[in-house]
Amino acid sequence: MAVSEQEILEGLGKIVNEITGIPASEVTPEKSFVDDLDIDSLSMVEIAVAAQDEFGVEIPDDQLKNLKTVKDVLNFIQA
Amino acid sequence: MRIPEVAAGAKILSFGHYQPANIVTNDDLAKTIETNDEWIQSRVGIKERRVAPANESEIDMAVHAGGKALAGSGLDASDIDLVIVASCTLESQIPNAAARVAHRLGIDSPGAFDVNAACAGFCYALGTASAAVRAGSARNVLVVGTEKLSQWIDWTDRATAVIFADGAGAAVVTASETPGIGPVVWGSAGDKFDAIIIKDRDSFLQQEGQTVFRWATTALHPVAKEACDRAGVDPADLAAFVPHQANLRIIEAIARKLGADNAVIARDIVLAGNTSAASIPLALSRMIERGEVQSGQLALLLGFGAGLAFAGQVVEIP
Repeated sequence: MAVSEQEILEGLGKIVNEITGIPASEVTPEKSFVDDLDIDSLSMVEIAVAAQDEFGVEIPDDQLKNLKTVKDVLNFIQA
Repeated sequence: MRIPEVAAGAKILSFGHYQPANIVTNDDLAKTIETNDEWIQSRVGIKERRVAPANESEIDMAVHAGGKALAGSGLDASDIDLVIVASCTLESQIPNAAARVAHRLGIDSPGAFDVNAACAGFCYALGTASAAVRAGSARNVLVVGTEKLSQWIDWTDRATAVIFADGAGAAVVTASETPGIGPVVWGSAGDKFDAIIIKDRDSFLQQEGQTVFRWATTALHPVAKEACDRAGVDPADLAAFVPHQANLRIIEAIARKLGADNAVIARDIVLAGNTSAASIPLALSRMIERGEVQSGQLALLLGFGAGLAFAGQVVEIP
């Protein structure tokens, strides 16, 4: 069964909150991880690893650097 | 043919360490490269590190640390019949460091060789020393981890200059009726050979930070657990967890996943930086000196780094 974008967004918000302490409600599609949410490159790795566990989609490091916004990650997981 | 009567176990008699006097703070680095104290502390957890001057070599540091471990062991130099030096930053590849260190410590004609397993080097060398003692190939072994990373760093590259440092740590290993050094669990991931690399003699150390961080925070806690299992030790019974001092966030992630809930976690990186093969004996020797761990307690050592290589074992604190 396909997971909806809203469900992925909620799951991602929970992951970001657990790793960085940023409220899940701030994790919205248009936000940039680095510029808006102030998340560093190592935390992005932790988020990628947790997202893989949660959604079963591997986000390799060479792809990770291209995922600038929350929307980019949603698209990658859904692709 | 016959073999000597083998020892039931091996144990550590003593530790020793040495750091260069010169302290380099984050503010010092920020004067010449685009970085700042908050950035460094939040990403790697380092406040300051030691950097050896041009006239102090990795051999000099190994002699200082090895001499202290030898003095603490109660043995004479003549009792040592094997010297193993773990290092990946030697200025010269020929001759090896071990024979030079042995000579300067007055250890007469021991077996002497170097181990290069990068930041896992001390655990590899300790596992080898333990096996040599138990097999009857050596009676007493001096194991040293020494690094002068500063001579392989581009001091304008903030990705590496803020992390790496210089220092040495050492231990004396001897035979024991009861085991004081658990089985070593070791391995490697050569597919990631270029994640931490000095490409050639004209290059500096380079690191793929995200690749190493992902590997360290996902692949190593099972190794730590296996080292405990092989020694028959519950992680909850560890008094100390002394992982390679790579990055405070890696250290805390592995510690959390290991479940060493009652252990003092080594955080020597804060004041010592990442000293590769020296970091584990340096950290543990300083913890013993500060009284944070007591004789007879159990510590888990876990080395990991370039190779990629990893190794871990449980040891009894001398």
